[in-house]
Amino acid sequence: MIQSFRPSLSLNRKLLLSLLLLAAMLAAPMVLSEFRLSLLGKFLAYAVLAVGLDLIWGYTGILSLGHGVYFGLGAYCMAMHLKLAAAPGELPDFMSWSGVEKLPWFWVPFESAGFAFAAAILLPVAVAAVLGYLTFRNRIKGTFFSILSQALVVITVTLFVGQQGYTGGTNGLTSFNTFLGMPVGDASSKRIFYYVTVAAVVATLLISRWLVNSRFGKILVAIRDGENRVRFIGYNPVVYKVFIYSFSAALAGIAGVLFVLQEGIISPAQMGIVPSIEMVLWVAIGGRGTVIGALIGAVLTNAAKTTFSEAYPEWWPIILGAMFILVVLFLPKGIVGTLRDKFARGEPGLAGSAPEPVGRGAGHPAAGTPVAASSGAAMGKAAAASPKRNGL
Amino acid sequence: MALLLLQLFNGISLSSILLLIGLGLAITFGLMNVINMAHGEFIMIGAYMAYTIQQLFQKLLPASAFGWYFILSLGAAFAAAFAVGWLLEITLIRHLYGRPLDSLLATWGVSLVLQQLARQLFGAPNVAVKAPEWLEGGLVLSADLILPYKRLFILALALVCLAVIYFYQYHTRGGRRMQAVMQNRPMASSLGISTRRVDAQAFAFGSGMAGIAGCALTLVGPIGPTIGTYYIVDAFMVVVLGGIGKLIGTVAGALGIGVLNTAFEYTTSATLGKVIVFSLIIAFLQWRPSGFVSWKARALD
Repeated sequence: MIQSFRPSLSLNRKLLLSLLLLAAMLAAPMVLSEFRLSLLGKFLAYAVLAVGLDLIWGYTGILSLGHGVYFGLGAYCMAMHLKLAAAPGELPDFMSWSGVEKLPWFWVPFESAGFAFAAAILLPVAVAAVLGYLTFRNRIKGTFFSILSQALVVITVTLFVGQQGYTGGTNGLTSFNTFLGMPVGDASSKRIFYYVTVAAVVATLLISRWLVNSRFGKILVAIRDGENRVRFIGYNPVVYKVFIYSFSAALAGIAGVLFVLQEGIISPAQMGIVPSIEMVLWVAIGGRGTVIGALIGAVLTNAAKTTFSEAYPEWWPIILGAMFILVVLFLPKGIVGTLRDKFARGEPGLAGSAPEPVGRGAGHPAAGTPVAASSGAAMGKAAAASPKRNGL
Repeated sequence: MALLLLQLFNGISLSSILLLIGLGLAITFGLMNVINMAHGEFIMIGAYMAYTIQQLFQKLLPASAFGWYFILSLGAAFAAAFAVGWLLEITLIRHLYGRPLDSLLATWGVSLVLQQLARQLFGAPNVAVKAPEWLEGGLVLSADLILPYKRLFILALALVCLAVIYFYQYHTRGGRRMQAVMQNRPMASSLGISTRRVDAQAFAFGSGMAGIAGCALTLVGPIGPTIGTYYIVDAFMVVVLGGIGKLIGTVAGALGIGVLNTAFEYTTSATLGKVIVFSLIIAFLQWRPSGFVSWKARALD
C-alpha cells in the first residue's frame, strides 16, 4: 500500500506545522501554571506510549490491550528507585507494614538510578519479546492476540495487588522525595522533567517517522494488509512483529518513567484493563497509522478528560463511551487521518488518490469465512455511511 | 476424602458460573465473531433486573410470595438483556461486522455508558440481593461435606441453559438458520434467509444468556455497576480456551479454568492461583492456538 507514504500535505507545510507544534510545547512553561504544566507533561508522557501503540496497531495491525502493563513496569522500576532514594538505607515504609523485614534481593540494584532506568526499558522489552515471540510464532493474531494481551494485564495486576509486601499492593508506590538530588515536587525540577519529556516526545516522533518511512515500516504495513502474502514472498513476519512489539513496549516503559517522575505515584489502577483500553482510544481518536495523530490523540483526549471530569465527574464515562462509539462509526481514521484526506482532496495532483488504508486488524482465523486482505482500503467514508459485510 | 470432594465440588461450581457467563459469549464472539466488550454489562443488566424484581416483590406483594421472585427474575433478566442486545445490534453492531477490532472499541464505549447509567440509576455502592428461602441451606452429605443449594441451583441452571442452547442450535428452525448464516452467509442469504434478522436474533439471544448469568450471580455475592468488568476477561478466557464455534469447547474451557483455579487457589493463595491459571492458559494456547475444540478450515486469512 504505497499510498500511505504519499505525502498528502506538501513538505513545507508539514515542516511548518511540526515547528509550530514544537514551539508550542517549548513555550508552554511560560504560559501555563505549575499545575497545568505538570498535567501537560503527563499527557506528553502518555503521548510517547501512544506513538508506540500506533506503531503496532496503526501500522502493523496488532491491537495490544496490554500496554498498561509495559507502562506500569517502566513506572514501577523508576518508582522503586525513587522509593529507595526517599529514605536511603531504610526499609520502604509499606514493607515494614506488611511484615517484610529485609529489603528483597530484586529491590537492591534499584538503588542505582542508572539501573532503574535501564530496567524500566529492558523489563518491558523482555516481557514483550517473550510473549510476542511465542504468540506470533504460533500465528496467534487479530482478536486472539488482543484477548491474550488482556490476560497479561490480569496476571500482572493480580500479582502486583497480591504481593503487597514487595509492590505496595493496591496503594502502589508513592511519597517520593528526590531524584538525582533534585526535590521531585519542586517547581524548578518539574520544569526540568517537562523539558525532558518534550525531548523524549520529539525523539520518539523522529525515530518513529524514520522507522515507518523506511523499508522496515513498509513491511510492517504489508503485514497489516496481508500477512500471508508477506510470508509467501519470503519474509518472516515473526521477526518484524516481535521487534515492533518490543519497541513499542520500550516506549511504554519510557512513558512510565516520565509519568512517575511527574505524577509522583504509580499503582495497579494505572496499568489495569481500563487504562490499557483507554490508551487504544487515544490512538483511535488521533488517527491510527499516522505517527503525529497518536500524539495529538493522547494530549487532546486527556485534556478533554481532565476538563470534563473536573466539571461533570459523573458524565465523563458516558462522554468517553460515546467518543469510542462515534470515532469508530464516523471517524475511523481519527482526527489526523480525516484532516489529511481533506487536504489531499484539495491538492490537484493527489485528487484521485485512493483513500488511505486504516488498520482493521487481521481477519478472524477460525471463522471459516475469508476476510479480504485489502478490506482496510475499502473502509473509507463511504463504508462508514453504508456498511457492507466484509469480504462477502 | 471429604475435603477432596469438597474442592472438586467447588471447582465444578466455579466452572458452572464460568460456563453461564461464557455461553452467551460463545454465541456473540464464537459464532458471530463480534468482540462484545459490553457482554459484562449484559450480565450487569441481568443482575440489576433480579434486584429490581426483588424490590418490587418486597414492596408490592405479601411476604409469602417472595420465594417466587427469583424464577420471575430469571425470565425478566433474559428479556431485558435480550431487548437491550437487540437494540444494540440494530443500532451499532450491525455496522461493524467484519471489523472485530473496531467492534471491540465501540462496545467498550457501550460498556462505559451502560455502567455509568447503572451507577446513576442504582447508585455506585454494591447492592445485595436476598436469595429466596428455598435456596438457603445445603445438601448435607456428611459432617464436613455440605453442598449449598445455591451452588447446586447454579450448576443446574448452567446445564439447563446449555441444553436449551444445544437444542436451539441443532434442533430448531431458528437455530439451524443461525448456523447456516454463520457458516456460509451468501449461500444462506440466497436460499431466502434474512441474514440481518438472524444476526440480530443471535446477538440478542447471546445477550439474553448473559442476563441469565447475571441473575445467577446475584446468588453468589453483592452486585454493583462494575460487576461486568470483573467477569469479562474470565468470560473471554473460557471461550478462547475452549475454542471457537462449538458448545463443547465452551464447556471444556469452563471446566478447565474452574477446576484448576480452585485447585491452585487451595494450594497457593487466591491471587497466585489466578496468576498461575492465566499463565497456563497463555501457555496452552501456544500449544493449541485455537483452543480445545475448533473448526477445521482451510481458509488462510
